[in-house]
Amino acid sequence: MLKGRHLIDSQDLTVRELKSIFDLTTEIINRPKDFSYICDGKILGTLFYEPSTRTKFSFEAAMLRLGGKILGFSEPGSSSVSKGENLPDTLRTVGTYADIIALRHPKEGAPRYGAMYSPVPIINAGDGGHQHPTQTLADIYTILQVKERLDNLTIGLCGDLKFGRTVHSLIKAMTRYDNVKLVLISPKELKVPENIKIEVLESKGIEYLEVEKLEDVIDILDVLYMTRVQKERFFNEADYIRLKDSYILDLKKLEPAKEDLAILHPLPRVNEIKMEVDDDKRAYYFQQVKNGMYVRMALIIKLLGVD
Amino acid sequence: MLRINSIRKGIVIDHIKPGYGMKIYEYLKLQDANFTVALIMNAISRKYGRKDMIKIENVIDLDLAMLGFIDPKITVNIIEDEVIKEKINLSLPDRIEGVIECKNPRCITSEEREIVHKFVLIDKEKAIYKCEYCDHIYQGR
Ligand SMILES: [Zn+2]
Repeated sequence: MLKGRHLIDSQDLTVRELKSIFDLTTEIINRPKDFSYICDGKILGTLFYEPSTRTKFSFEAAMLRLGGKILGFSEPGSSSVSKGENLPDTLRTVGTYADIIALRHPKEGAPRYGAMYSPVPIINAGDGGHQHPTQTLADIYTILQVKERLDNLTIGLCGDLKFGRTVHSLIKAMTRYDNVKLVLISPKELKVPENIKIEVLESKGIEYLEVEKLEDVIDILDVLYMTRVQKERFFNEADYIRLKDSYILDLKKLEPAKEDLAILHPLPRVNEIKMEVDDDKRAYYFQQVKNGMYVRMALIIKLLGVD
Repeated sequence: MLRINSIRKGIVIDHIKPGYGMKIYEYLKLQDANFTVALIMNAISRKYGRKDMIKIENVIDLDLAMLGFIDPKITVNIIEDEVIKEKINLSLPDRIEGVIECKNPRCITSEEREIVHKFVLIDKEKAIYKCEYCDHIYQGR
């Protein structure tokens, strides 16, 4: 049962629970009209302590398409939060108005902390460089749609693997399927953090490879997950300038890749995938965006228990 | 040398790294105790050169789980009738609350007032903990 639960970490959902969300997602895609009033009378609170128009729109569109309503803020400067209210008080207050809350926060672990006090389900909509589990739902659903399986895959993760929260969530979730191999492609400064290596890769005995160059491994991949090298994650400008162009995907780099490679990206992109790649049949990142809204619809339905 | 009488009944926490005696004293809240406590600092140790010690009289049921985290070399003896009745093997606690702080500058614990720092043991052999909020690693030893 998912009713009343929080979604903080992508591992909070079992493989079976993920499947139930994906089955519902497919139903929604096939018969959207059947779901357009299912959340009538329900309110989604969107508390965005840092701006992220894309994720906020995706959550809001999801709730509106289910017939529910929304309230929230997109920058703490415009709310009582700027007067120094603590997170537990904000969530206890908003939790009396809203039936479910999507929480985006620049500090890592904020959703876990908030969930300890919230009277209604909290969905982590991204916390610092830590986790972004609803993006992971979109990522995995897209892989399932394209590959028709979630096991026996070699998945390349490329770019900022240190602060890339979508990468952390995806690794945690995908390593639960059989025979999933990971190829971690990043500059040495931006490798996957130690806690993921200890807790996920080593403890589960996952086969993984760490490399610096995309060109060296692109031919062995079934899925290529590109990420943005974000400027604000760097501690200094010089490092950013030195590294930002090292991991750009273009048609030339794609030449040796498999015919049925699936290229994914959590978006927004800066320049890590050239626009010329958009028309390649292996590019699935716009489909992934659309899936993001549908999986959020399914998740909201499940957590509210209105299915 | 300063002499502290041996105790008839109680706990002797021995072989504490010099300087850590006060920390343990505070952690166990011995300043609020209504029983006799002796904190001995910089005593001469045959094994380690110098050491701190704590002797607690008449009490044998303190929660000592955290001592293994502070320093696994610490020894704990339970004394009854002036003899060592039990030597306690210290092990790492599964959870630590309100003792150590998360070192991740991006962690929510760096921002929220009154938040309790919480850690979970993820690797017993290597004494590795993670922050319950942000998953950041804390190396115990
Ligand atoms: Zn932390």
